[in-house]
Amino acid sequence: MTAAQTGAAGFLARYEGLKDHLPGARKPWLNALRADAAAHFAARGFPTRRVEQWKYTDLAPVAQAAFAEPLTSVGGSVRLPAANSPHRAVFVDGRFRLDLSTLDGLPFRVRGLAQDLAEAEPHLGALAKPEAEPLAALNTMLFEDGVFLELPEGVDGGLLELVSVAVDPGRPFAFHPRHLVRLGAGARLTLIETATGAGTCLHNPVFEIDVAEGAMLTHGRMLQEAATVFHLSTIYARIAAGATYDNFTVAAGPRLTRNEIHAALVGPHAACHMNGAQMAADGQHVDTTTSLDHAAPDCASRQTYKTVLTGRARGVFQGKIHVHRVAQRTDGYQMNQALLLSEEAEIDSKPQLEIYADDVKCSHGATVGALDADSLFYLRSRGIPGDQARAMLVEAFLHEAVETVTDETLKGALTRVLDAWWERQGVAA
Amino acid sequence: MLHIEGLTAEVDGKPILQGIDLQVPTGEVHAIMGPNGSGKSTLSYVLAGRDGYEVTGGIATLDGRDILAMEPEERAAAGVFLAFQYPVELPGVGNAMFLRTALNAVRRGRGESDLDAMQFLKLARERMKALSMPEDMLKRGVNVGFSGGEKKRNEILQMALLQPAFAILDETDSGLDIDALKIVADGVNAMRGPGFSALVITHYQRLLDYIVPDRVHVLMGGRIVKSGGPELAQELEAQGYGAVQAAA
Repeated sequence: MTAAQTGAAGFLARYEGLKDHLPGARKPWLNALRADAAAHFAARGFPTRRVEQWKYTDLAPVAQAAFAEPLTSVGGSVRLPAANSPHRAVFVDGRFRLDLSTLDGLPFRVRGLAQDLAEAEPHLGALAKPEAEPLAALNTMLFEDGVFLELPEGVDGGLLELVSVAVDPGRPFAFHPRHLVRLGAGARLTLIETATGAGTCLHNPVFEIDVAEGAMLTHGRMLQEAATVFHLSTIYARIAAGATYDNFTVAAGPRLTRNEIHAALVGPHAACHMNGAQMAADGQHVDTTTSLDHAAPDCASRQTYKTVLTGRARGVFQGKIHVHRVAQRTDGYQMNQALLLSEEAEIDSKPQLEIYADDVKCSHGATVGALDADSLFYLRSRGIPGDQARAMLVEAFLHEAVETVTDETLKGALTRVLDAWWERQGVAA
Repeated sequence: MLHIEGLTAEVDGKPILQGIDLQVPTGEVHAIMGPNGSGKSTLSYVLAGRDGYEVTGGIATLDGRDILAMEPEERAAAGVFLAFQYPVELPGVGNAMFLRTALNAVRRGRGESDLDAMQFLKLARERMKALSMPEDMLKRGVNVGFSGGEKKRNEILQMALLQPAFAILDETDSGLDIDALKIVADGVNAMRGPGFSALVITHYQRLLDYIVPDRVHVLMGGRIVKSGGPELAQELEAQGYGAVQAAA
């Protein structure tokens, strides 16, 4: 018996062994897509820190592990997280579970991608760039399922929760869901995503999100997996004229979180909001990397990210804004603020603006620091004990992040995750 | 009664307070006047317990209790209150939540029960009305977007809610127009009584027209160089600190 292959080689061997059994294996177009992605992944492997976009996040622990596929058809009971919506699409180990989902009464269809690959053909791979992002290549090569949402023109889809649960099989496992979310012109949807799970696990989702003219997608993400989980997600969003994509991500759990978003504003008066809060305690690593293309005039983008680190946690924020020559009257804003609650915590922050248009309003800022001593003294001078005063200031810092969220259900859910994280730190300390 | 004797303190290794002797009997309001850099704000921070202000000698007691040995929050529970010269803005911390948390912390320190949200609101509204504060100031972040006058009124509101035994007002008059000054002065005067004493720190005599002190002390070079009745403030206004220094 030989040792299991690790890293890129391990995944490539799995692909070779599985490729005739993966969903859509009899579809030449999909085989070609996977083969192409596999070639890219074979050529580049897992990115190392020598790659500019991965300078601050080390994937060595992922590359060194030998991940297996999750066991198929887990029939046993699955503990679902508390519901944030009456409508939920549930995925267990990356596979759609209609039996656990509640979808009755939704004004649009929710499908598992594996069941409807034929209809997905024109859209699958339309936005993802496996040639540029090795994790997207890995996902394309091995994805088995994902959510496939299509909202027809003008439909108000209300609220849908996308639940991802990973069940610990007792050995390292990996899954690579591929999610397609497509809003027709003028459609609206609030998508709340909750990811939970345990065990040594790699969750490597890729989203391809298309928001057509005048449509609006609010996408809240709560990454709450256990501190043994590697969560590496890549989102590609295409935002048409007059449309809005509003992403808010809370990372509060995994051992390693990479929240990578590539958004493109491709029609006039489109808007993109990317906000979030990422928290990490001792031994954890959180990374938000955004890349925003202003490829049309009169578009607006807003980004505010907050990071809170305790112990020897590491945090990363990389935000690139590219304003194309045609994108006159661009209004861009990016802010990232980090609160370091220990001497050993460390944040790397890299804003990057590339502006090729001349009539542009673009600003960015970054703050890094400990809790403000003046604020702390002010609270304590009013009789509030030191620990409680510190908690109030951390909560205020985190709550400020969700102030921009207008959907009350989402805001409530996000706030609960933030508060729960902070409470756990209190217990640990 | 506040009792300070031989108090010396330094900031960043630099001696600022050079031996303060001061008594403020219960029920009295004293003023401390002095030029810039004389140690007025240092004295207020030392009494409130701010980090970085190191006491190198002397004592300070309130009603016989050594306040210098206490944490800032313990001093607040013991009845010390500092109205800040520059109140801090706390984005994300709601003013109502802050005021109620502070009030209940101090009440607990005194062995009193917590006020619930309704009881607190009733009390806060009553106190705010007396200070001509709009009610929406409860909903905003602490001091966030407040004008200079609103921040100072918010300080006086905190004092009115916490009901300290001894208050230090650090240049509460700075940046106030005459109407705001009167409102703030009324707020302080309303506190006066047998269970309350205060130290009013100011550059100018103007505030002392509205909060008439029982005693006035002149602080220069980290020492009290002269003390007198309220008429001393007028003297200083007329002759300046130079005359006091020459005499001292």
